[in-house]
Amino acid sequence: MNAFVALLLRDIRLSVRVGGGALMGALFFLIVVTMMPFALGPDLNLLARIGPAILWLGALLATLLALDRLFAADHDDGSLDLLMMGGTPLELAVAAKAIAHWLTTALPLVVVSPVLGLMLNVELRAIGMVALTLLAGTPALTFIGLIGAALSVALRRGGLLLAVLVLPLTVPVLIFGVAAANAAIVGPAPFGPPFTILCALSLASLVLGPFAAAAALRFGLE
Amino acid sequence: MAAIYLANPSRFLTLVNRVLPWLAAITIALFAIGLVRTLHAPDDYQQGATVKIMFIHVPAAWLSMMGWGVMSVAALGTLVWRHPLADVAGKAAAPVGAAFTFICLVTGSLWGRPTWGTYWVWDARLTSVLVMFLLYLGVLALYWTAEDPGRGSRAAAVLTLVGAVNIPIIKFSVDWWNTLHQPASILRMGGNAIDPSILWPLLIMAAAFTLLFFTLHLGAMRNEILRRRVRSMRIMQAQEARA
Amino acid sequence: MQLRANNLTCSRGGREVFAGLNFSLQDGEALVVTGRNGAGKSSLLRAIAGLVHLAAGKLEFDGGEPGITIAEQTHYVGHQDAVKPSLTVGENLQFWARYLGGADVPIDPALEAVDLAPLINLPAAYLSAGQRRRLSIARVVAVPRPLWLLDEPTSALDVPSQNRLAELMRSHLTGGGMIVAAAHGPIGLERARELQIGPL
Repeated sequence: MNAFVALLLRDIRLSVRVGGGALMGALFFLIVVTMMPFALGPDLNLLARIGPAILWLGALLATLLALDRLFAADHDDGSLDLLMMGGTPLELAVAAKAIAHWLTTALPLVVVSPVLGLMLNVELRAIGMVALTLLAGTPALTFIGLIGAALSVALRRGGLLLAVLVLPLTVPVLIFGVAAANAAIVGPAPFGPPFTILCALSLASLVLGPFAAAAALRFGLE
Repeated sequence: MAAIYLANPSRFLTLVNRVLPWLAAITIALFAIGLVRTLHAPDDYQQGATVKIMFIHVPAAWLSMMGWGVMSVAALGTLVWRHPLADVAGKAAAPVGAAFTFICLVTGSLWGRPTWGTYWVWDARLTSVLVMFLLYLGVLALYWTAEDPGRGSRAAAVLTLVGAVNIPIIKFSVDWWNTLHQPASILRMGGNAIDPSILWPLLIMAAAFTLLFFTLHLGAMRNEILRRRVRSMRIMQAQEARA
Repeated sequence: MQLRANNLTCSRGGREVFAGLNFSLQDGEALVVTGRNGAGKSSLLRAIAGLVHLAAGKLEFDGGEPGITIAEQTHYVGHQDAVKPSLTVGENLQFWARYLGGADVPIDPALEAVDLAPLINLPAAYLSAGQRRRLSIARVVAVPRPLWLLDEPTSALDVPSQNRLAELMRSHLTGGGMIVAAAHGPIGLERARELQIGPL
């Protein structure tokens, strides 16, 4: 078993065993989506129209907040030092951590989103499409967020700094994610183009994210 | 008093082992009677047979609140009276209460579907239950993610008591929020005045659910005590290896 | 093999920590770095490990594997243990063995060497500080690497464990390895050279 797989499996195991694991992200997602009607009112037509936007914003916030601990935990107990001294390039190590994070935090969001879509009165046939856009777009959120997580560990700051750094970078993902989801519900704009761009953003971030994050970690070395 | 006598976990376990089979048997019997009476109860003139979901939905709602009550008493036991088994009682009650709340939400949603046309309409009652469900999940998160069971229990106890104070306020504000936006015609889930042919099955089902709660609760308390014993043994194992 | 350090200078947080350090180390040799608290012993070890940038100076490693960095041929045991409480003793060590060793490496001999074998399935949360330290040391036994950087390795260890560690260090040196250790007092290596970092 090589180092990349070992790190991936370890991070999945840690995520599942510590702190409620996958469920915490899904729970936060549920809570954020529940908050929206209290602010907007229970008008079902309104909720149905902005449902995809609410789901996307909830997924974005849930993914971001969980990224906070991605490097911080390893930094705090000295594991990060050793991860940089393995035979594996730091870019790959960082990518392994990001994949583990996506599997244990973002994927549960995708799975839970149909239930939340029901609560927001999104049409049944559109719920699947919204979940699909989340499936295609959450990798981008994770891998872009990775950069922010690396920067905030390198700068020894936490919490809101990560959100401040990462949110602007995720604007394209949000735009095309919601556009694709809306196209699926409302028509007439076709679903294809925004969805394809969303997939492209995810693929691009799969490459750029680890390189930028590794650079940020190295930059953080004194 | 009984509480002090039972403060010893071993004595408590012995008692639970003796009582639990009887409790379970009575619960099953009550469910059997209740379900039979439910089937014989009359259909609603508007909703047809779907109204019978009420026989599960309403007791589940009562129990979700009773569950929080049990947790609150346990929380007071942990923080104020320092009863040794209080935190075990609280930690055991939380998942059971949460499960009943979830059943209430799901049955409410299913009941609403033929009535409203959608699975969820953010009506005042169900929305309050939803918020209470979120509070339950928060308490569960505190119990289960704390590394040190003692500290986690105390934190959860604080949140439980805060929730107990807050739940009526939440209910009131959600009701008020709902009246701001209430469209004219929404069918009331409660239906009409309670007729005896509906009241008796409802009460029997409520009793059955209550006994089910305590059966599960005592079983969960037993599991938690055993779990803590395993933890102590592991700590001892680590300490012995040091010597 | 030889580790050569030439004119090493390091600053952290704007403050110069050490300057103009020179030493060389052959295989089978140990270097003990001494100095007061805050003198820069840890920084020196971290600089050799590649975890801290050098403001000036050069490190050369002759005779090791070509094409890989010094860090990849080094074990670093710092103040922190890199032990995850929610994994068992075995899982912790197995992970580092795979990650640092690049392949499936058997961990039982390493656990035997630090006397943690009976606790292999115990969640690491239950370990004492000394046991966690030993688990950390088991890492350097499980994966062979020529250079060991040990920062105050005997801290948190009781006397039997310190003796076991000294034994492990001696056999590493006999096998041609090199050790650079930061310490306040004797750590059981009688013929080690000393490098004192004075306060600036």
